[in-house]
Amino acid sequence: MCLGVPARVLEKSGAAAVVELGGVRREISLMLLDDVSVGEWVIIHAGFAIERLSEEEAEQTLSLLREIADATEIH
Amino acid sequence: MQLRYIDEFRDPATARALVERIRNDAGDAPVRLMEVCGTHTVAIARIGIRPLLSGAVTMVSGPGCPVCVTPDGYIDAAIALGRGKEAMLASFGDMLRVPGKSSSLEKEKGKGLDVRVVYSPLDAVELAAASPDREVVFLGVGFETTAPAIAGAIRTAAVRGVANFSVLPSVRTIPEAMGVLASDPEVRIEGFLCPAHVSVIIGADAYRPVAEAHRIPCVVAGFEPLDILMGISMLLRQIRKGVARVENEYSRVATASGNRKAQELVREVFVPCDTGWRGIGVIPGSGLRIAERYAAFDAEEKFGVPVVFSPEKTACRCGDVLKGKILPDECPLFGKGCVPEEPYGPCMVSSEGTCAAYYRYGTP
Repeated sequence: MCLGVPARVLEKSGAAAVVELGGVRREISLMLLDDVSVGEWVIIHAGFAIERLSEEEAEQTLSLLREIADATEIH
Repeated sequence: MQLRYIDEFRDPATARALVERIRNDAGDAPVRLMEVCGTHTVAIARIGIRPLLSGAVTMVSGPGCPVCVTPDGYIDAAIALGRGKEAMLASFGDMLRVPGKSSSLEKEKGKGLDVRVVYSPLDAVELAAASPDREVVFLGVGFETTAPAIAGAIRTAAVRGVANFSVLPSVRTIPEAMGVLASDPEVRIEGFLCPAHVSVIIGADAYRPVAEAHRIPCVVAGFEPLDILMGISMLLRQIRKGVARVENEYSRVATASGNRKAQELVREVFVPCDTGWRGIGVIPGSGLRIAERYAAFDAEEKFGVPVVFSPEKTACRCGDVLKGKILPDECPLFGKGCVPEEPYGPCMVSSEGTCAAYYRYGTP
């Protein structure tokens, strides 16, 4: 029940935004986030953007995972 | 449009490397870890992580399915609001089949009870605004992830003056439940895989009191396969080093301090209270009730229909499943009197319930 889906903000007007979720455009609330810009990735839960998705942090985690994959010998 | 940062966290070669790393770090006896969150429970069952790690790690499922821990008295109160007060009920879909003392919302809907399934609490405010001659009660069930959305709907209704909207609250908070489980000698867990989206709201630091008081490692992890395997690996490394810290694998979304704006909204609309968890009992300070200032939107207050918590006497062992004391197939009803089509207990009802996940994907 705590699923959250990444979505990109397509349009914004005040505290509401339009995102695409599973191929469907939907209005969501930006009440829980300040200064969201069009084009940013956010996580949607129950009709609200609950947080931004940080591409920088995602890349750091992925590079750590790649290091582990490269360093681990599969038997 | 392609979803960002989903496929990258499902790479099979990296998953194999993480499994190998976990197996290399494992000792002679399997380490017992608890995934607290129901969304993790479903992901772990679907991906098949338990058999991959058997002998190295035992994953125990926790109480993190909001529908499963909502007391049956809550369902009874909701039905009473719909029947006695002729309110239109708006609910997340998961709640409909949860058994109350004598019936469920779905069964009552079949007999004419007006129950609408909504995606967002804001949709319930819209229903109320569009039906000014009806009372609309939103069934506000959830953990910290959902609490800001429920609070947001209440504030929206207050600002817009939608006086025929109210919420029957059933909001619970996770760290308090983790504290109870960590101090239960029968549960015997050595690390917590902490929920992804609860942590987005409350922040990873919220687990520090649990980690420090109980000397138990806590790792916040996302819901994709690599997130879960990496989270388990981080827990194992902490255990091997003999440390008990809070670490965050899901840093692409969750921060140390969480979403402060959401926290402020929750503090404005709710106040902490003691609350009962189905199958577990009352946990002090683990619930959120609607603050005095928004009492006009509290369905319990508005209609005088209280939610009564009374522990059930039943053969169903959901309580022990929710605490990680037994596996679902150790319950005498599992797969016999209790199946997803005809659930007996709440853990079999919700798609995120531990019993439903084990039934659907098989027991390890």
